[in-house]
Amino acid sequence: MKEFTPPADSASIVSVTERVKPLALGMVVTSVHFLGSRAAFVGGEENVAFVDGQGEISKVAVHSGGILSAASDGKRLVMGGDDGKVVSLDAKGEVTLLATDPKRRWIDAVALHPDGAYAWSAGKTAFFKSGKSEEKSLEVPSTVGGLAFAPKGQRLAIAHYNGATLWFPNMAGSAEFLPWAGSHLGVTFSPDNKFLVTTMHESALHGWRLADNRHMRMTGYPGRVRSMSWSAGGKALATSGADTVILWPFASKDGPMGKEPAMLAPLQARVSVVACHPRNDIFAAGYSDGTVLMVRLEDGAEILVRRNGTPPVAALAWNAKGTLLAFADENGDGGLLEL
Amino acid sequence: MSEVTAPKIPVTVLTGYLGAGKTTLLNRILSENHGKKYAVIVNEFGEIGIDNDLIIGADEEVFEMNNGCICCTVRGDLVRIMEGLMKRKGKFDAIIVETTGLADPAPVAQTFFVDEDVQKNARLDAVVTVADAKWLSDRLKDAPEAKNQIAFADVIVLNKTDLVTKGELAEVEARIRAINPYAKLHRTERCSVALADVLDRGAFDLDRILDIEPDFLNADDHDHDHDHHHHGHDHHHDHDHGHGLKHYHDEDMQSLSLKTDKPLDPNVFMPWLQNLVQVEGGKILRSKGILAFHDDDDRYVFQGVHMMLEGNHQRKWKDGEPRESRLVFIGRELPQDLIRQGFESCIVS
Repeated sequence: MKEFTPPADSASIVSVTERVKPLALGMVVTSVHFLGSRAAFVGGEENVAFVDGQGEISKVAVHSGGILSAASDGKRLVMGGDDGKVVSLDAKGEVTLLATDPKRRWIDAVALHPDGAYAWSAGKTAFFKSGKSEEKSLEVPSTVGGLAFAPKGQRLAIAHYNGATLWFPNMAGSAEFLPWAGSHLGVTFSPDNKFLVTTMHESALHGWRLADNRHMRMTGYPGRVRSMSWSAGGKALATSGADTVILWPFASKDGPMGKEPAMLAPLQARVSVVACHPRNDIFAAGYSDGTVLMVRLEDGAEILVRRNGTPPVAALAWNAKGTLLAFADENGDGGLLEL
Repeated sequence: MSEVTAPKIPVTVLTGYLGAGKTTLLNRILSENHGKKYAVIVNEFGEIGIDNDLIIGADEEVFEMNNGCICCTVRGDLVRIMEGLMKRKGKFDAIIVETTGLADPAPVAQTFFVDEDVQKNARLDAVVTVADAKWLSDRLKDAPEAKNQIAFADVIVLNKTDLVTKGELAEVEARIRAINPYAKLHRTERCSVALADVLDRGAFDLDRILDIEPDFLNADDHDHDHDHHHHGHDHHHDHDHGHGLKHYHDEDMQSLSLKTDKPLDPNVFMPWLQNLVQVEGGKILRSKGILAFHDDDDRYVFQGVHMMLEGNHQRKWKDGEPRESRLVFIGRELPQDLIRQGFESCIVS
């Protein structure tokens, strides 16, 4: 990426703010995902807003209420709502109803695997569906906080109170419980399938090395961690929750055990969302004061994408090739940057 | 930092033992013509049916915080529901959380103290407890949950008063006052209480901790001036003060009120209070105070739930206003002498 060459010993930060195509989405935004060439901004309720390369906005109705969860594999977006429905949206803008909770309970979490399998949860129950096979479900001890597929898509991690459960939906009796006291919310597998990491209700991450279930405590955050992103190749896990981006090293077989994390891009504001570039050792970070930065992992060199002065950045994503960066704050003011 | 701060959404916690009339009160709140929309968090679907409002089912899932504070339990389901509701800001004006009859109100209240995101968007308005005039006296003997709910309350709706005699009513009120003399008490039939008496009370608002006198000292229909909140070691139960109000002593749940017109030393008081709630926080359900510190022209106010405290300078003492410090604790088996001695050691001599 030749754009990413901050001049040596420059006093002021390099800025590309003039090159950002500004977007006014006119709705509360909670996340953004690329579907093909278009960015799909997920609203707080009812709609997804597609934005094409020219900055044209077109909205699609997906739920008849709040949108509580969303996951994407780059080809489609699966969402769960407080209307008790699980829906998918493809790159053409076509909406498909995948499931309806019989009691119309909130769909708190969803997960999607590129092979087509998807999962969702309502209350204490996690559901799994793959191809034409029958829907499977597993009840865990308390409400599901988050869901994640293992890299191969055969196994599902379910975060809940006092730990996480690993489950092969196609193998009866396969549920394995990984205990750790506290409330576990988000969950992710490392791309090499060696580690499982959860975000907790308190300001910490917890991890397990899956070979021997050894614990990894990742603490010291001033706030709750809401956003995690694996760097290209899975060498590091970038996280929000502090006034710098905290990157935990996962390149060795011991992961972050006994190691200090890297702390990059410090600002006088809390990091609200992080998104690692899919190919290069670069990440983007959004902050609670509306700032968006691009940062090089190697030396922490920064490029300003968006200035502060607005609500927290809520949505941030790269396209699959890493040539487009999309972002928006909570109120739906955002931008599109082509590199 | 230029973060945008939106007004916080008020949250009313509705508790009460089984059959006391919580659902009646809830239906009353929702059906009244107030032009407001509520998001209601309930445990049982189906008993309330108002199309206009958002009704959300909850599971009352309580978990312990990993912060070394043994009584720091929070309602994880509330954290999750609040997060979901915040995506629909503007669709409702206030939130009501109905608990089951057996619930302890503390984890609900603590959720609004410890969770950063919940705190950013919502504020606890008051704990409203519905009590059954006919059966409460019995429940206070056999159900610790019922006692907790009375002790925790900011507002008590004493319901079904038409089913008891005057004498029985006086008795149940005296039993309530023995536990919690500070809550506002309303006598009702079929929960017909004015909405303004249960909603938007600001009971946890530091700026509104203006008056921590026992409720019945302010009530118009009683006329007596002796000090009712020093239960101390008075074990003469059921004695009558000669003007109709029976005076009870509850064996395990009490309130303790402390007062001084001498200034307190903040450097002694603050560590003492923090240590007190650390050590005895399991027993102390609620605490409140208005404090006059030495060499300080501002009133300091605080309030707490178990081990959690929040406090701030509120405003300047007014000219002519007596610079008195007052503290109130409501709790189970309070170490009253220890608290009194500790408090006295904070007075500047």
